[in-house]
Formats: sequence, C-alpha cells, structure tokens
Amino acid sequence: MLSIDRSIVAAIVAHARRDHPDEACGVVAGPAGSDTPTRHIPMDNAARSMTFYEFDSMEQLRVWREMDDRDEEPVVIYHSHTATEAYPSRTDISFAGEPGAHYLLVSTREPDTEEIRSFRIVDGVVTEEPVRIVDAAVDPHAVQSYMFGQSPATVDYECSGR
Amino acid sequence: MAIEVRIPTILRSYTGGAKVVEGAGETLGDLLTDLDSRHAGLKARLVTDAGALHRFVNVYVNDEDVRFLGALDAKLNDGDSVTILPAVAGGAFGFAAAAALAGGRRVAVAR
Repeated sequence: MLSIDRSIVAAIVAHARRDHPDEACGVVAGPAGSDTPTRHIPMDNAARSMTFYEFDSMEQLRVWREMDDRDEEPVVIYHSHTATEAYPSRTDISFAGEPGAHYLLVSTREPDTEEIRSFRIVDGVVTEEPVRIVDAAVDPHAVQSYMFGQSPATVDYECSGR
Repeated sequence: MAIEVRIPTILRSYTGGAKVVEGAGETLGDLLTDLDSRHAGLKARLVTDAGALHRFVNVYVNDEDVRFLGALDAKLNDGDSVTILPAVAGGAFGFAAAAALAGGRRVAVAR
C-alpha cells in the first residue's frame, strides 16, 4: 500500500493539470527505508509529449545525487496519462528501473476528475496496490491521546471542568 | 587506474549489494568489461547485443551524460567517477512509435 499525504497528491495533480495535454512526471523522495514520501520534486518531461515522458538525464543526476546526500530515496515515481487510463503501459513496464518505488499514475483524461492509481513494477511484473491518502495536519499518534476523539485542531482535555 | 563506479539499486544484485565498486579502463566500454570480470552479468544489463549502450540506463562520467561523450567510447581518466542510473521514462504510447513521432530521442532531448 502507498500512504501519501493529501497535500503531496494535490501538488502532483496540479502539476499534471498544468502540463496537460503533455505528460507530466516527477518524484516524491522520502527518507531511505521509510517508505514514506515527503518531498515532492516535479521534473521536466524532456520528451514534451502527449504520449511519452522522460526525465532529463542531467536533471535526474542532480536530483538523484541530492537524494543520496540527504539519505533519501525515490519513494514515488509519478507520471500522467492524458488520454488513457492510469495503468502502466508496456513502455512504462520496460523502463521501470526502481524496484523499491511506488509507480503512481494520474490520468487527466477527464477534465473534472483525476484517476490516481499506484503500482509496484518489479522484473516486468505489475502489481496494483491501494493508495491511502493521509492528512499530515492530523498526527495519528496525537489523536490517540484525545480521550473523547475531539478534533486535534481544538485542544480539549479529558477533564476540562466544563 | 582506479575509477569509482556508483551502482543503482536495481543492479546491486551483481555487486553483492555494493553501492560503489572500483574498476579500470581507458574507455567506458573497457571499464564495463573489467567490471564484468568480477561482477558477471553486469555488462549485459548495460550494453545491448548490438554493442550499444542500453536505452534503459543513463551513464555519467563525472557530471556528463556519456551519450554526449561518445557513449561506450567515452574516454576515462584515473580518478573519474562513473554513475549509473536507471533511465526514468515511459508513457501511454509505445516508445518506438513515440520516438518516430518525436524524430528520435536525442533530438527531442537536445531541444
């Protein structure tokens, strides 16, 4: 399963909409081994195409080095399909070279709704996985301490005397 | 002469998990042959049967993409650092068709 913050998904969708009808692509880096995407990095589509995307090789070198320096890895690699469903094409599968990454696809073929799906692609085998969109504003550990399930936005303690 | 080579995750099965290995060679092609003598199978993942650099990888010498340095003929010097990364590409359409439309990959990239 891919767990990803709502604000990152919104940024990816905005990027895909902005570049539509060309395909958009990018990375979400996260701490190595955490499987948690935290840093959204929109990349140029060097192919500037409606049906193909390709990272610019020099930009990729810079971004991959930066991740290395920060002890991060590409947790999510995303791109958009602008006229077809959000499912990996044969080309996507043959190129998939990061076995640890979640391959996130966004389809922008419908003007009002986005289809967002995530896949593992290892040795040419595609496995779809659920996407769980989480709200960073709500700290799941903090919530557990609210005895009456109050919203964390308004701090209410168990014995407030009211 | 020693050249540091950075290996991507997907190819570390050939290097016993090592992220960085060392090799030697006058050219990139020589270096890959040298590496293959200790890490059998690595070269075949980088070079096609026709003897060209595989399309699914990017190889850099220091800060340059070797495609602009003569690919496998790229000259190497002692102390150079070679980085191998998986090329990140794909899309809704078959690559062959997309390349034909774009008039060839490197033309599209050079803009």
